[in-house]
Amino acid sequence: MSKEIYTDRRSFLKVSSAAGGGLLLGFNFMACETKPDIAQFLEPNLPIPEKWNTMNGFLKIGENGIVTIMSPNPEIGQNVKTAMPMIVAEELDVDWDNVIVEQAGLDTELYERQIAGGSQSIRFGWPGLRKAGATVRHLLVEAAAKELDVPASELTTAKGVIYHKASDRTLGYGDVASAAAGLEVPEEVPLKDPKDFSIIGTSQKNVDGFDIVQGKPLFGLDIYEENMLVAMVEHPPAFGMKIKSMDDSKVRSMPGITDVIRIDVEPEGWNPQWSDVNAYPELIAVVGKTTWEVMQAKKELKVEWEVDTELENSSNHTTAMADLLKSGKGEVARSDGDVDKAFAAADKIIEQTYSAPFLAHNTMEPMNFYANVTGDKAELIGPIQTAQFLETTLEAVLGLPKENVSIMMTRMGGGFGRRLYGHYATEAAMISQKVAAPIKLVYSREDDMTQGTYRPAYMVTYKAGLDAAGNLTAFHIKGAGIPGSPVFANRYPAGAVDNYKVENYKVETNISTGAWRAPRSNFIACAEQTFLDEVAEAAGKDPIEFRLDLFEKAKNNPVGEENDYDAERYAGVLKLVKEKAGWGSDASGVSRGVSAYYCHNSYVAQVLDVEMVDNTPKVKSVCCAVDCGIVINPGSAKNQIEGGIVDGIGHAMYSALTFKDGKPGQRNFDSYRLIRHSEAPDAIDVHFVDNGIDPTGLGEPSLPPIGAALSNALYKATGTRHRSQPFSEEVNLLG
Amino acid sequence: MANLTLNVNGEDREVNVDSSTPILWVLRDHLQLVGTKYGCGIAQCGACTIHLNGTAVRSCSVPVSAAEGKKITTIEGLSDDGSHPVQQAWIEHDVPQCGYCQAGQIMSASALLADNASPSDSQINEAMQGNICRCGTYTRIKAAIKTAAKNA
Repeated sequence: MSKEIYTDRRSFLKVSSAAGGGLLLGFNFMACETKPDIAQFLEPNLPIPEKWNTMNGFLKIGENGIVTIMSPNPEIGQNVKTAMPMIVAEELDVDWDNVIVEQAGLDTELYERQIAGGSQSIRFGWPGLRKAGATVRHLLVEAAAKELDVPASELTTAKGVIYHKASDRTLGYGDVASAAAGLEVPEEVPLKDPKDFSIIGTSQKNVDGFDIVQGKPLFGLDIYEENMLVAMVEHPPAFGMKIKSMDDSKVRSMPGITDVIRIDVEPEGWNPQWSDVNAYPELIAVVGKTTWEVMQAKKELKVEWEVDTELENSSNHTTAMADLLKSGKGEVARSDGDVDKAFAAADKIIEQTYSAPFLAHNTMEPMNFYANVTGDKAELIGPIQTAQFLETTLEAVLGLPKENVSIMMTRMGGGFGRRLYGHYATEAAMISQKVAAPIKLVYSREDDMTQGTYRPAYMVTYKAGLDAAGNLTAFHIKGAGIPGSPVFANRYPAGAVDNYKVENYKVETNISTGAWRAPRSNFIACAEQTFLDEVAEAAGKDPIEFRLDLFEKAKNNPVGEENDYDAERYAGVLKLVKEKAGWGSDASGVSRGVSAYYCHNSYVAQVLDVEMVDNTPKVKSVCCAVDCGIVINPGSAKNQIEGGIVDGIGHAMYSALTFKDGKPGQRNFDSYRLIRHSEAPDAIDVHFVDNGIDPTGLGEPSLPPIGAALSNALYKATGTRHRSQPFSEEVNLLG
Repeated sequence: MANLTLNVNGEDREVNVDSSTPILWVLRDHLQLVGTKYGCGIAQCGACTIHLNGTAVRSCSVPVSAAEGKKITTIEGLSDDGSHPVQQAWIEHDVPQCGYCQAGQIMSASALLADNASPSDSQINEAMQGNICRCGTYTRIKAAIKTAAKNA
């Protein structure tokens, strides 16, 4: 049997050797209009076009039929750089093997919403990407009709070739691309019937996969421009502290060091945006020739810090949330029926509290950015999930007009929400402006982990009332968080319980927080789905049947008007996972837990099997059912689901960031525990619901429910409920 | 500063650096071999894994002076064209998500397979435990290692 040898032809990043021997990365995609330097990235049998015809912001077609598709959105590992171009290619009706993918830079005129966040790239991109491909296909057909002198309606297309059946003539897209580029663009064009899709729904490999396995320069940290200096910043050691004074005399004399400066990225009178979250706007920057020299020099900075605001402690955080939840003075977010009356009449009442600590994002590639600010121009290259917001910030901070600021997004070594907050890019720009040189700002792991922008800490108390028949008659949720509540008042089981109330509480903090993969859902799903398991047990019902009964109620006789879920699709994934996991046929020695959640417009249900080995849990397998509508790229969609599951198990089980006197207690991976190889499930089995509904995202939805599938399985295994994350730190579980 | 001769991916390279500089930063900053990644700087995450005389080491924590007279292999030198069985298996299983840790994972996996052509699950876990993947591609990595073992 012959073995396929994988070679690359998919994606390129223009790389050329600089005269000085340094490595230069050029990202200006518009510069490669005629002769792109892509020979090294193409298969020998995929000839390089002599001329590219720019069709629109998404498409360039070579005279030989090779197509370049721009991927508009930032790539953080969610694989939109493959999926989004697949959608364009589908409607263009081109052979995917003849497609090259390029990452687009920030261009707010050409593209909409160039953001990686909220699992929304595919959902929002879907109509525009289809239209971009279909419009160009339409123009190519029009041009071919003229060339062949036949009506366009007699032409069909397939794999980049236009056919005229009656005369048995064909034209390649490349033959008519130049003529098509000059035609008037129609307002509306017909889209394909999804049943005719030939690329969407097929598994296509990551367009950067071949470069990744060869260690090609793809990431922000890999940028080395000529004459570039390296900068690192020193921020206060604790939240609540600021710089009092500094002595940089020793540092300045150290080898390779060119500058030590102070910066403040929040100029007076500036009005920050949501993406400008930053606990430490005032910083000291050390600039030098090489990373190691700057790292060494930074250690020798003598800084005197002063206390500015309260230095917080984790123990006080826990007490503050617990006290608030008991105060009864929350902000009521929703109230259906009368919970107090219903609890008074209840046959059984169950009440439990769940909590989780702050978490760091810990993208494997630490924060970094390249900036070259010269006179009235700024060029920035690096990992950013929100380039368009960064552009606005830079305009204000640098005092430059938007049109003089260019931002190129590199592939990111993880995002998870951390790179929604682009302060590090602003810092890089400001340092470059001050030292008048191109610089790459590099955060060490310690700088990255102690800087802030964490997942908030949470605590929630659930109370449920059951009648004598085990029906859920009352449900009361009190949620607290630092700095805000994790509860979504209109999510399940809202709408399924006659008497339902949500109260929110918040604890103020000077620790900066932000969106962390599936914000709020990442905690509340685990708490809610663990609690429902406890309630189902108290009701004497099977946990899946108990949940399905509630969906029936929400579907047939919903309570309230605003219920943020489709009960039928929600129940659908639970039924599918029940069938696929063979629920009810537990193997000996294995304990199972179930969980389901809806967030970011997609539905996920999971069954997790755990085995106790030497008093330590080992996750054997996870069966997962997903409803995200049409699946663009099934292989990579499964990868996302698997990743969310491993990530969710890891953080629920092992990870925490704690504070003492404002100082993070974990600074690197020796003390901050992340899940490792042996702790991952042996097998993950993913099933998608096939319903033809427009697609929704997958970057986040598989993470939130898995913590509860784990805790529910652990309860079966050990008899102990795990309500406080990370579970490994709770007694009687070695982890 | 010292003038050192390093054998990197089969070639002798001259560098002028402080001899305490970790191999990682010599590769990245001085030799423009950026496939070897910085992740933690304290040998806890494995992103910087290279082979030193065929053994997987964390290049962030080994001074360049320790590499003199030894053979350094980085991800760029594992094969000329991505044809190493481990690289091929990674493509077959479409392992990467963000991709940042994968060079280190591949270097650990290839060192394991050079030493043990058909490792058991627990041997794979043991050899790979030092490589963190924040995206959670562990199950695919394990499957890819088994494929590579079969195809090598």
